[in-house]
Amino acid sequence: MLRIETIQTDFLIVGGGTAGCYAAIVAARKDPKLRVQIVEKANIKRSGCLAAGVNAINAYITEGRTTQQYLEYARWDAEKIIRDDLVLSMAERFNESARDLERMGLVILKDANGNYVSRGKRNIKINGENIKPIISREVKKYDNISILNHVVVTNLLQDGDRVCGAVGFSTNYETAWVISARAVLVATGGAAGLYRPNNPGFSRHKMWYPPFNAGAGYALGIRVGAEMTSFEMRFVAQRIKDTIAPTGTIALGVGAREVNALGEAYAERYGLTTSGRARGATKETSEGRGPCYLKTVGLDSSREEDLYKAYLNMAPAQTLKWIESGERPSTHNVEIEGTEPYVVGGHTASGYWIDTARRTTVAGLYAAGDVAGGAPKKFVTGALAEGWIAAETVLKDLATYSPTSIARALELAKDKTNEYERRLRAPRGVYNARELEDAMQKVMDVYAGGISVGYRYNENQLAIADEKIGLIADLAEELSAADVDELVRVYELIDRATVCKTLLAHLRGRKETRWPGFGVFADYPEKDDAFECFVNTRNVNGKIQTIIRPLMEGVTYYEHTH
Amino acid sequence: MSILIESERCVGCGSCVEACPGNLIKRDADGKAFLKAPDECWGCASCLKECRFQAISYYLGADIGGRGGLMKYERDGDLARWIIRRAGRETVTITVDRRSSNKY
Repeated sequence: MLRIETIQTDFLIVGGGTAGCYAAIVAARKDPKLRVQIVEKANIKRSGCLAAGVNAINAYITEGRTTQQYLEYARWDAEKIIRDDLVLSMAERFNESARDLERMGLVILKDANGNYVSRGKRNIKINGENIKPIISREVKKYDNISILNHVVVTNLLQDGDRVCGAVGFSTNYETAWVISARAVLVATGGAAGLYRPNNPGFSRHKMWYPPFNAGAGYALGIRVGAEMTSFEMRFVAQRIKDTIAPTGTIALGVGAREVNALGEAYAERYGLTTSGRARGATKETSEGRGPCYLKTVGLDSSREEDLYKAYLNMAPAQTLKWIESGERPSTHNVEIEGTEPYVVGGHTASGYWIDTARRTTVAGLYAAGDVAGGAPKKFVTGALAEGWIAAETVLKDLATYSPTSIARALELAKDKTNEYERRLRAPRGVYNARELEDAMQKVMDVYAGGISVGYRYNENQLAIADEKIGLIADLAEELSAADVDELVRVYELIDRATVCKTLLAHLRGRKETRWPGFGVFADYPEKDDAFECFVNTRNVNGKIQTIIRPLMEGVTYYEHTH
Repeated sequence: MSILIESERCVGCGSCVEACPGNLIKRDADGKAFLKAPDECWGCASCLKECRFQAISYYLGADIGGRGGLMKYERDGDLARWIIRRAGRETVTITVDRRSSNKY
């Protein structure tokens, strides 16, 4: 029999990564009597995007620069599809967030006057290898924060229109968890694993973005009818071939430029935005001038050693690759390629449609970090800032939410707890979750603009993808699980399929090509001013409605008007 | 990328089991750690850093150009030593001081 455990809390945070942990810290500091509950699929010590460390703080307002300049940089990079209010309110808190990280124990490089040393216009230099243990240690200092590790949330509980808790299960034991909360913050990662990856075989997972980020945070909101924005602004990252390690450390750190196989620097031809850089390598290669590289040959050996260390602090596979192959950056240029597309609101504008205070369109539900839309270029400090803002809003709103009884929460969760039990007891069906995941990734790759088709798609293909993903989602309803590990995979597949359906509606909604490095809509291959707008969607009784909203440039405060 | 766990060195403390962001490391009947799904590993090295007995080695899959090299991790106060061994080549050790910031 499946055991059922219950928790009653004030403030539930789903996802104990950067944004979620910081929201908990801020809420606990401001109200020591508030009960804060983090639920985390892994263990907050090393979970989420910071697991292996980070090499720099990439979002910081350096000496002499302003938050408005950060906004303009983000607007340029996103080809206008951003929310001023969200980017500015986040940028205003970058520096204080970084200082708080330093107080917690993060090493940040300083000059003789005690100022942080910048790397380029927006970055500061750190030793970020143990950044997540530092943040999780801070979380544990507060007695009013409870941490539930190794529990995956599959659904929000909703009483009438208001979100009042969540239901999930342990990843280690046959135990369901039913949580009643006055307010819920979704702070999970974005969605990886929607598309067939660069290496579909043994090395299918890559370090830079957690493969365990299955889009649960988006799927939770889609199911309760939360409005979503800009999923069609998929993220395709330019990365080092094979290890998929970040390239910024080489490009910014030692000034290496992108070159094609003929040795020509090509980047300016495609524009220097994130999309443009991703476009460059794809296009040069498809036109017969590949592979493409970062030109590192000639680098002196002392700098090479520093590169090795920098990568060990965030993507150790790359240093291992350099050393074991003997192909050092000073003697061999570093080959680059694009990743499969992701949906990730920390880099692009994809995610929940929120107000300036980080409220979603559903009562009682808030969003921060990778799942929150409209504010690209968050990186670490942006995720902290959004967790901070969301926590302050929850504290303000909490008085309006009365607690839901455990008995009521159990009743609302009953369908789901029964479903977990059914899947664990059912005999093995024809397919398992991994097989359906392969099928889903293949459909998305071929028909919805994955790597194998050069990120191109058309109306016909998107319609085919929609039908096929629908079939896979139906098959997923029948999946059984031999143990809780497999049960996790079943719900990850269901979440990914849910995100794919919404993504396809977004791709079909934006009938233009705005970010050619992230995807080319072959029927509409040019940018169209008519699409200087947000493409949003909402799930209404299982049907996805598309909503077009204006850009609101210059608007610094926005509230929902439903 | 993935990891190998040496059962002779593993003392069954469970630190890696607890820390793995993918919940991929389990305990066998003797309480020792093993990687349940090697192709689900994403190479974050969290387990290497948590293991105080150097029981875990990190390697690259052959499909991403791995050549059979193994990387280990040792902590000595603020110093982290990454030790890379490959048959027929000299061992390379890179020491990173946690107190000093990245140059890039």
